[in-house]
Amino acid sequence: MAAKKRSIEPLLWVLFSAGGVLAALLIPVLLLLFGVVFPLGWLTPPTHEHLLAVIGHPITRVVLFLLCMLSLFHFAHRFRYTLYDGLQIKHLNELINTVCYGGAIAGSVVAGYLLWQI
Amino acid sequence: MNQTDKPIYTEFHPRWYRPRMSTYWWLKRPSYLAFIGREVSSVFVAWSIVYLLLLIGAVHRGADDYRSFLDWTGGIGVVLLNVVSFCFIVLHAVTWFNLAPQAMVLRYKGKRVPETWIAGANYGAWAFVSLIVALIVLLG
Repeated sequence: MAAKKRSIEPLLWVLFSAGGVLAALLIPVLLLLFGVVFPLGWLTPPTHEHLLAVIGHPITRVVLFLLCMLSLFHFAHRFRYTLYDGLQIKHLNELINTVCYGGAIAGSVVAGYLLWQI
Repeated sequence: MNQTDKPIYTEFHPRWYRPRMSTYWWLKRPSYLAFIGREVSSVFVAWSIVYLLLLIGAVHRGADDYRSFLDWTGGIGVVLLNVVSFCFIVLHAVTWFNLAPQAMVLRYKGKRVPETWIAGANYGAWAFVSLIVALIVLLG
């Protein structure tokens, strides 16, 4: 009998779930401030100096990295099933998985690189 | 082999009864549309992360790049995209926190903690985290 193959699905689900929590907690306020409030001039955007100091702080870097990585895996997992159930694209399953999770991994590497350098 | 008094079984499965589902099944009812809207929110989660990384990259490269990033974000197209994204992200957050009581069943002294408490704790955490982030960004 072939050795039992462990499914990677539970791990992907944990990443999806953790990403869902972090995205729900952090993205609304960040997107509201940097995507709507500052661009529309409702409040003055922070100075470059201040923002560099905030992002440069070790705790911020860790939080931002976890936010980026887990949110991207959250996206990959959910989007994959949206295509599967919603549009019933099943014949391209392998390609979709590769693009979704590959994209999440690539995005995490970029986030890690950027936050490491700052 | 050919005993006529017994029913004949085939080795193979009969065809499954699987009615074909329209690709656009989710347009048929408002509740289906809300479901697919919640699922599609993940695309806007991904966009938000890309946007955040563009901001971090610009801040990293220096004050001039940060200023041109701010100019770019003031464009009508980017603002519209971010307003739409914000709506979907809030849809994600609300549906996520509303589902939290079903995902985490807590018991205290043998009794199940009421669902409204767990959802309430999640909303409280959301408000608290948002306030802290806003204070860190704005008070400089």
